[in-house]
Amino acid sequence: MDFNVKVWRQRNAKAKGHFETYHIEDIESDASFLEMLDILNEKLIREGVDPISFDHDCREGICGACSLYIDGRAHGPDDHVTTCQLFMRHFKDGATITVEPWRSSAFPVIKDLVVDRRAYDKILQAGGFISVRTGAAQDANTILIGHDTAEESMDAAACIGCGACVATCKNGSAMLFVAARVSSLALLPQGRIEAAKRARSMVKKMDELGFGNCTNTRACELECPKGISVSHIARLNREYLKAKFSE
Amino acid sequence: MADKLISKIPDGPLSEKWTKRKSEIHLVSPNNKRKLEIIVVGTGLGGASAAASLGELGYNVKVFCISDSPRRAHSIAAQGGINAAKNYQNDNDSIYRLFYDTIKGGDYRAREANVYRLAEVSAAIIDQCVAQGIPFAREYGGYLANRSFGGVQVSRTFYARGQTGQQLLLGAYASLNKEIAAGTVKSYPRHEMLDLVIINGEAKGIIARNLVTGQIERFGAHAVVIATGGYGNTYFLSTNAMNSNGSAAMQCWRKGAYFANPCFAQIHPTCIPVHGDQQCKLTLMSESLRNDGRIWVPKKLEDVEKLRKHEIKASQIPEEDRDYYLERRYPAFGNLVPRDVASRAAKERCDAGFGVNETGKAVFLDFSEAINRLGHQKVAERYGNLFEMYEKITASSPWEEPMMIYPAIHYTMGGIWVDYDLQTTIPGLYAIGEANFSDHGGNRLGASALMQGLADGYFVLPVTIGDYLSKKFAEPKTDINAPEFAIAEKAVQARIDRLFSIKGKETVDSIHKELGHIMWEYVGMARDEEGLKTAIKKIKELRERFYKDVRVPGSQFEFNQELEKALRLEDFFDIGELMAYDALNRKESCGGHFRVESQTEEGEAKRDDKNFMYVAAWEYKGEGVEPELHKEDLKYEFIEVKTRNYKD
Repeated sequence: MDFNVKVWRQRNAKAKGHFETYHIEDIESDASFLEMLDILNEKLIREGVDPISFDHDCREGICGACSLYIDGRAHGPDDHVTTCQLFMRHFKDGATITVEPWRSSAFPVIKDLVVDRRAYDKILQAGGFISVRTGAAQDANTILIGHDTAEESMDAAACIGCGACVATCKNGSAMLFVAARVSSLALLPQGRIEAAKRARSMVKKMDELGFGNCTNTRACELECPKGISVSHIARLNREYLKAKFSE
Repeated sequence: MADKLISKIPDGPLSEKWTKRKSEIHLVSPNNKRKLEIIVVGTGLGGASAAASLGELGYNVKVFCISDSPRRAHSIAAQGGINAAKNYQNDNDSIYRLFYDTIKGGDYRAREANVYRLAEVSAAIIDQCVAQGIPFAREYGGYLANRSFGGVQVSRTFYARGQTGQQLLLGAYASLNKEIAAGTVKSYPRHEMLDLVIINGEAKGIIARNLVTGQIERFGAHAVVIATGGYGNTYFLSTNAMNSNGSAAMQCWRKGAYFANPCFAQIHPTCIPVHGDQQCKLTLMSESLRNDGRIWVPKKLEDVEKLRKHEIKASQIPEEDRDYYLERRYPAFGNLVPRDVASRAAKERCDAGFGVNETGKAVFLDFSEAINRLGHQKVAERYGNLFEMYEKITASSPWEEPMMIYPAIHYTMGGIWVDYDLQTTIPGLYAIGEANFSDHGGNRLGASALMQGLADGYFVLPVTIGDYLSKKFAEPKTDINAPEFAIAEKAVQARIDRLFSIKGKETVDSIHKELGHIMWEYVGMARDEEGLKTAIKKIKELRERFYKDVRVPGSQFEFNQELEKALRLEDFFDIGELMAYDALNRKESCGGHFRVESQTEEGEAKRDDKNFMYVAAWEYKGEGVEPELHKEDLKYEFIEVKTRNYKD
């Protein structure tokens, strides 16, 4: 398959960016999108052009590193996958493919398609944990947890922290990301006790870091590679309100 | 220098060794802990759990990772589960049995005392992880659920769907975040260690490159912990993440730390087969699939031909024409034999011409029987996300047709040599998790990597490092202006300058691919003397070509992924050579290491306990120079060493 790849190039955080279009040929339809970029980069290096920088690591859809905005969609045209699990068979032969980094003021560009997502770490550092030392805990079966509760908590815990929800949201809100963590812990007895406090401090940090507000468009849910439901945002809101009332 | 290999295994009965060692170790008072600095390199299960635990203890911790966040470390990709001797299923499991399975699974090349300790602390890992709010799979009654894994006959594996590594890492990462918030840990993402700094024979810091600015930076401490995982990417194609590398371990090796059993690399039997030469990464399908999936190839070569030509589908081949070769060869364990055994059996069938895809390098993993037995919903709950993942990649549904799988490099049992305290041959330098060699011998059992990473990080290192640091609290902070730092930094700068100065025509990846071909061909699933000598020669030639022909674009002081890869490839040359030397020396077949010259008439691996029951610890002697071998004899005091048998 042959493609024209229109890529955002930006030397560093301060430089002005622009699009460049590269032509590439003989790509196997079974190749992944990132393998296509690898091949393009091989070609660029041989031609003396600076290769395209992009974040990637596990290439199994779980580490959350890859973060490309392809043809106007976070992680590209396939549903509920990360960029690394997107395959070239989803594109038409000869197509022009536009590739951009996540666009959000909270995720500044480092170079080309690589952005700085440390804001996510900072939100989690504001309370996305159980605050006690857990190294000498009681036997794990002492506290029973229902099968369905554990499954629901796991649904939320599946978040890979890629940032697609923020990149998709017209407000650049990190609500789905925050909600996934708050909800996963709030559902379990171990995390229940600090749930309201956790919701309040993580939302406060999210606001401080320049993420926008949630206006319930549900776009995040559609583009989340792990299909995390906006119902977790509802649970976050409940916890947040509880925290407000207890103040 | 063999006296460096003092394993420090405590005396006394096996079950009391760890308790004894813990009681001997001096404590450091809280006010002194604050003055002590520890560097942890790597944030996978080992690094994140260690940094968090050391922070909880009150030490001053600096933690480094190459990713944009600690959460991206490759532990995140572990799918199947984590072992623990809880005996929740009441199936006669015990600490002893987990210990025994691990020693046996490792083909009697791991230390008894280390492995026993691993089994001993395993139960507490589950308690800790549950207390962190990790949503493990549960039974309807609210108890934790278990599944079985290869090489064992009990059900002791805890799991969170097919994302157990992710959940455990997020638990450790959350604990780490708690400590970062508390100010005991400082996190340095997008920083890559490029050298170890030694002062007066002790590890005192690292040189790291800030991957965003390209600046070379110095960091000092009272002790350094290496938790940077394994070196499977030496083969270019592996199930490791693209950025996983063995560089930190090699830097320590070149600075004098011994490297143990490098030839023990694990080839995982259930990976998605290679689709073409544009590929750069192999995808693992969890071993847990072998719980319910049955592995087979056709009995008749004409069926194989038709499959390759797409004239028939696997599901059309009748039951009596299928060869469930693992069940046939190993009736007692069937599809749940250990990984090395399953991998070699797949290779044997494919070499005999029964490979089921166009490349001839694939076998079937079939769920039809399980779907009939358990029903769609139960199978979906156990393996749903793995089925989806497989379908996304291959565009074929495991609900309708069997999966195709083939072995691939997955894990490295070898690593930096450590004593019982996880200290390397360099005082003040520790290695944990996959980066060390200590617990898995010649072959690792499934769901034991997560167990070891967390055992080391949560329960072992935070205690044992105290023994060293209790003698150091009076020492001032390490001065990063010391000449040793300047010399190390200069050497790193020279390395980088050299790479940019070559200005050749070859890309880093294309040379790395060649290294991978050499490794897979000669240091892969079957090794012989001639091939290994060829590998050493070819790696040497390839390294020379690299220094003549490689092109590293861009400059140092920017985000430069090609430079990162070039620096790592330099280290992969060293590892590749080291693996070949070790494989050449070990003239026995053992665990993941299969020497063609050492096999039974039936083609099974033939171990040589008389001559090779030792840990091969290698000392660096210079670039391209044969390393020096030191031996740590393995003594089995508490179990009887047997031939590994999964047949009956």
